[in-house]
Amino acid sequence: MVANRRGWIGWLVGGGAAASLASFAYPVLRFVIPPKVSEAPVNEVTAGKATDLLVNSARMIRFGSRPVLLIRISDSEYRAFDGMCTHLNCTVQYHQEGRQIWCACHNGFYDLNGKVVSGPPPRALAQYEVHLRGEDVIITKRS
Amino acid sequence: MEVSARVSAVKQWLDERLGLEPVREFLAHKTVPKHSSTIWYYFGGITLFLFGVQVATGMLLLLYYRPTSTEAYESVQFIVAEVQFGWLIRSIHSWSANLMMLTAFIHMFSVVFLHAYRRPREVTWLSGIALLGLTMAFGFSGYLLPWNTTSFFATRIGTDVAASMPFIGEALARFLRGGDDIGGATLTRFFGFHVAILPGITTALILVHLALVQRHGISTPLRVERQHRGAGAQVAQLPFVPNFLVRELMAWYGTLGVLGCLAALFPWELGDKADPFAPAPAGIRPEWYFLAPFYTLKLIPSHVWGIEGQVLGLLGFGLLAAWWVTLPFWAAARDGALRVRLVTGAGVALIAYLATFSFLGYTR
Amino acid sequence: MKTIMVASWLAMLMSICLAAKDSCVTCHQGLEGVQSDPVRKFTNDIHHRHGFSCADCHGGDPQRDDADAAMSPARGFRGKIPRTAVPQLCARCHSDASLMHKYNPRQRVDQLAQYLTSNHGKRLAAGDTAVANCVDCHGVHDIRTTKDPLSPVHPLRLPETCARCHSDTARMEKYKISPTVLADYQTSVHWRALADRGDLSAPSCASCHGNHGAAPPHVGEVAAVCGTCHVMMEDLYRGSPHKPIFDGMGVAGCVACHENHAVIHPTPELLNSESGICANCHDAESAGGQTAAGMAELIGELSSQIDRSKAILDRARRSGMEVSPALLRQTEAQEQLVKARVAVHAFRVDAVGAPVQEGLAITRETYTAGLSALEELDRRRTGLLFSLAAISLTILGLWLWIRNFERNERSLNAPGASSGSGDSLGG
Repeated sequence: MVANRRGWIGWLVGGGAAASLASFAYPVLRFVIPPKVSEAPVNEVTAGKATDLLVNSARMIRFGSRPVLLIRISDSEYRAFDGMCTHLNCTVQYHQEGRQIWCACHNGFYDLNGKVVSGPPPRALAQYEVHLRGEDVIITKRS
Repeated sequence: MEVSARVSAVKQWLDERLGLEPVREFLAHKTVPKHSSTIWYYFGGITLFLFGVQVATGMLLLLYYRPTSTEAYESVQFIVAEVQFGWLIRSIHSWSANLMMLTAFIHMFSVVFLHAYRRPREVTWLSGIALLGLTMAFGFSGYLLPWNTTSFFATRIGTDVAASMPFIGEALARFLRGGDDIGGATLTRFFGFHVAILPGITTALILVHLALVQRHGISTPLRVERQHRGAGAQVAQLPFVPNFLVRELMAWYGTLGVLGCLAALFPWELGDKADPFAPAPAGIRPEWYFLAPFYTLKLIPSHVWGIEGQVLGLLGFGLLAAWWVTLPFWAAARDGALRVRLVTGAGVALIAYLATFSFLGYTR
Repeated sequence: MKTIMVASWLAMLMSICLAAKDSCVTCHQGLEGVQSDPVRKFTNDIHHRHGFSCADCHGGDPQRDDADAAMSPARGFRGKIPRTAVPQLCARCHSDASLMHKYNPRQRVDQLAQYLTSNHGKRLAAGDTAVANCVDCHGVHDIRTTKDPLSPVHPLRLPETCARCHSDTARMEKYKISPTVLADYQTSVHWRALADRGDLSAPSCASCHGNHGAAPPHVGEVAAVCGTCHVMMEDLYRGSPHKPIFDGMGVAGCVACHENHAVIHPTPELLNSESGICANCHDAESAGGQTAAGMAELIGELSSQIDRSKAILDRARRSGMEVSPALLRQTEAQEQLVKARVAVHAFRVDAVGAPVQEGLAITRETYTAGLSALEELDRRRTGLLFSLAAISLTILGLWLWIRNFERNERSLNAPGASSGSGDSLGG
């Protein structure tokens, strides 16, 4: 009877300890597995391969919690601007024919230096640095 | 019983190579005094356990954290948002830090009220107080690391207080900040303190503290000792292994449960990224364990008897700290008798002060 | 060292001599009130900084110390400039392109020409001295560039400046102009943008009326004036069925719904088929009324969905969940809402519907993200529950074990050797 009692207490302690240790180990193991996005986007963001973007075209890149418009101006020149219109925070887009940045919400136009050309935007778009690292386009915040 | 045969074979193999016999012998004879206040003995162990939790979760956080002003906040955000269970590890680290502070305080006051600091344990007391100071330093340095608005301004206030100390203030503040103002340099520095310098010193000091506890045995409260001496009996002892150890384990497990609840139900908030140029948000206050001195400094008028209030306050805290640190020395009268009432009164007064001023500091 | 001292002494002497040559300043400085005001003010004047002095406008000879000689008509002294003569006086320089070029090559030189076309200019030419001329807006003796925030014609101060006359009921009665224009304007989105957001590109009086050629835009011009900024709306309006109708009625397009000065922030309420602006012409049952109701419903729907998604994301964020990607995505829904509001000016339900549907798709996404964040919070609780159960079982097991152990220990030891060892210590 006593041996039996000791037996199930042993099972209780062993089982409880095993289960609780598993419940501690599981989050730790999951924690050390590298997440899908491998690092925090902070001051720079990789905007894909340089060759993926055609000349006189643009692509929207997520930079932390802001959109950034990357434009390929010529074979070798890339420029990047804050993607939010300074008027009412709409997302701007590249206007291929006009070679300007265009906000569709109120028809605001910016030139390829981010300066306001026409329409309601009160301020110029903030510009980001663009560098090529090998094949990759790297966008960095201007300090 | 093939299993137990195999177990004893392994035991023997280990014994031969590690010489465990004396250790086992020692543990078998180690005891803990047993009386109505034995429960307070567990808090030192719980504090140690929480330190272990801090080391473990801290190491995990190091896998992703980046100690620069441009990346710190984002990396913590990354831990919380993108890394699996990152929210849990970070929350446990933050909550455990606070619980550790709490249990360290409980441990200290239990030592005061049970008069465990008395001869020959004065050095144990001193090492314990040093450990408390280190724990606070951990709290202060770790608070800045997420680089959010509250931590940024709390650190600014903290280092400003340090700067107002007479003579060495400026130099001390510069040393803490790594420059004239809080910035990336401060963050890198605090990170260094938090993950390398402080853990190193703390570990060494914990070993000293434990060795001293071991050297002198666990203190029996004065009251219990007197009762038994009057009755001419020995104080009852509880074997350390397994009786005390199992209970301590239960306490650790219970602590883990509390930690888990706090972390999962009240995840530690990240706040907004620090902006050094933004005005300080209203109602900024330090962590709760710094609230009492913080509020006291706020209350002192700017000038008292021609001395700057802040300086006077710091002077007061310095005296208070010195008085508290030297407690075992003034607690003993010249004839060796213990001033029990004085110490108990002092302990109650300090708790009353800390409680009321922390409360006022929190609510106002 | 010595040369420097000599040079500075010489410079001082020269400056005294030069200053002494302007007898207008020397004398008027010592006078009181209005007679010395111009001297004090003039130090801040742009003309002073470019080296002009009193005599350049008022004539006379500042070299003479004797007041009669200095201010003798024979030496070209004009004294106080009559109001009707002010524009031409300023224009002596300001219409001279080659002269202006010396001071500011980009400065325009057509102000007088424009002024003469303005209602102010026409009336002044007809002898009405109650109307504004150059100095009424730009100030006199302390004229600053328009970029100077202290200039009365700086964008932030312009409305007040115009209102000095235009809010004067007695003065405006004569011209049958409403004196409430400033009060109206200050309720408008334009003033809010200018005053609250400090957006200096937001329109004030001159943006629509012109500055030197100030005149109210004619009915047919209004859309074009508003369209200088609200390009999309103008385009849509010009293509809409309202354009020919309003033109035929002699009603200015934009103003019909949005007012002229009191342009308030439009809400879906404006489209309400009972109480909205559309109800002025369209019955609720008519096709127009239904179109208005349809557009209002779509915009209201998107707007309330955005609010719903915002609320849930906010709750998730406050509970410590990380939802910033969804919050970023939500700004795109907001953008579709902006586009839908623009599309109203086509006055077709389907035109508004396109951006609204796109926005609704985004809010569905962000709402789901918020929902799953809250579900994740629940999952965390389940995980916690499992862990807590395991912890409690272990503690219970340990407690039973130690109780059992101590019971055995006691039965092994002689009774009474250690008393009461079954206390729940630390349990």
